[in-house]
Amino acid sequence: MSGLAARKAWNLAAMALASLCALAGLLLLATILRDVLAEGLGSLRLRLFTQDPAPPNMAGAGGLRSAFLGQGLLTLAASAMGVPIGVLGGTYLAEYGRDSRICRLISTLSDMAVSIPSIVIGTFAYAILVKPMGGFNGWAGAVALAIIILPIIVRTTEEMMTMVPWALREAAFALGAPYCKVITSIVWRSAMSGIFTGILLAMARVAGETAPLLFTSFNSNFFRLDMSQAVPSLTVSIYQYAASPYEGWVGLAWAAAFVVTVLVLMLNILGRVVIRLRKRG
Amino acid sequence: MKGGISKNLAFRCLTGLSSASVLVVVAAMLATLAWESFPALRHFGVLRFLSSSDWNYSTGTFGALRPLAGTFLSTALALSVAVPVALGMAVFLTELCPHRLRAAIAAALELLAAIPSIIYGMWGLFVLAPFLEAHFQPLVSGTLGQLPVAGPFFRARLAGGVNLFTASMILAVMIVPFISSIAREAMSQVPAMLRESSYGLGATRWETIRWVVIPFSKMALAGGVILAMGRALGETMAVAYVIGNRHAALDSIFSPYVTITSVMANEFNEAGGLQLSALFSLALILFLANFMALSLAKRLLGGRR
Repeated sequence: MSGLAARKAWNLAAMALASLCALAGLLLLATILRDVLAEGLGSLRLRLFTQDPAPPNMAGAGGLRSAFLGQGLLTLAASAMGVPIGVLGGTYLAEYGRDSRICRLISTLSDMAVSIPSIVIGTFAYAILVKPMGGFNGWAGAVALAIIILPIIVRTTEEMMTMVPWALREAAFALGAPYCKVITSIVWRSAMSGIFTGILLAMARVAGETAPLLFTSFNSNFFRLDMSQAVPSLTVSIYQYAASPYEGWVGLAWAAAFVVTVLVLMLNILGRVVIRLRKRG
Repeated sequence: MKGGISKNLAFRCLTGLSSASVLVVVAAMLATLAWESFPALRHFGVLRFLSSSDWNYSTGTFGALRPLAGTFLSTALALSVAVPVALGMAVFLTELCPHRLRAAIAAALELLAAIPSIIYGMWGLFVLAPFLEAHFQPLVSGTLGQLPVAGPFFRARLAGGVNLFTASMILAVMIVPFISSIAREAMSQVPAMLRESSYGLGATRWETIRWVVIPFSKMALAGGVILAMGRALGETMAVAYVIGNRHAALDSIFSPYVTITSVMANEFNEAGGLQLSALFSLALILFLANFMALSLAKRLLGGRR
């Protein structure tokens, strides 16, 4: 019977260890979230959104209005490039390229491209857009971000469209619709919420990216719509302000980190809700 | 009717070109990185570049050994802490956790894996680094640091908490939700029949996990760990804050050091000539290493489906 007792003791020890790991891990992660939310809320002021950056010696002044605008511009430009190409590319893989080997290769490559380190994408954008143009510019940053979202959207679009039952397409064919019409008004429509979720998750990823912007769009203090110059972004501002020795700037960095975190979490939650609604409906 | 056919063809061409863009971008990236790193690799020679630990702006000599070692060490240290914790979490979630909590905790883990790395980096700089310096470093210096030969390697020399160890720990914190999400999914795919059979033979819960669940999902678990490794290798912002970016011989795990990504984040903007080319070489190495890790992970994860 001692064998059984020993086995039970081992079982108890292993299960206790696993529970301990789970508890420690969850506590640690909850602590991070709490710290970011608490520190961020503590330094959140209205001027974060309404004022442009100020020199560190001006206590109680300065915000990141220009960075919000810049981030919006970069995200908009990146989506304008990445989303249509991604959706169309995913469409080809799901519809025309089911049995083609080169399409399998593109699909696999997109899967892997999702995980290319973002700083490497930044160096690529630097080589093709910053060096030839002679200085940091917003377009280079937008292209770097577009390269990040492209494979994400290609893969989710492909996956979501493959899930649409084939019988649906056949029904449309039987009505005499050409293939492009079948795709645009039947398949896209049935896969729409899934594709939309993919776009939301891609946006969430882009909203927090810093490394690809460091040497492409860089940073600036000006509130302007000019993409041919350096364009400020929230994440690069966080990076520079948090590493500075000035208390006011560090406070701004925490507040901006809070905004970015909430934004990313919201986009993620929204994406999940959209998918769930479709499953139920 | 003719209009319909040409429209069809146009749509097909448009989507085809779009899907080819992925191929074009990845190929162009590889070609550009190779082209830009060529001057440094030719000037120093590939082998000498990889094996030299010299990184000197004034003499213009640049070697990749220290950044490579830093990336390797920080990733290895991060994995050795994160993998057991994440697997423990996955076991808890699939075997022990009350059913009502499972979905909620799994969703929370996936959300945590989506938090941007700069947030983790900032937390590491302001919270983790001071904490480790005040509480963990004295403990290790006082115990492992007193060992005869290896001792000095565990003794803190510089103040600030910005060092290789802190960087590894922040990496570990980042990849825990990532690994445990994948491991949880892999373990929950074990057929209930297998589990029941094991219990039917009189096995305890731990024995079922050890001899049924883990063998069944080991490929996917390995794939998840390698995926996390790829992520840790290329992680920039979290590491750049807390590694210190100091080009000096590593004398202790509590000393500042460099990684491929920290060198790139800190020096790319001010670099020119050979230094810039050397930085591109580092980017190329990172790109290739990451690609190899990913294709291995993909093979392991896809093997079962």
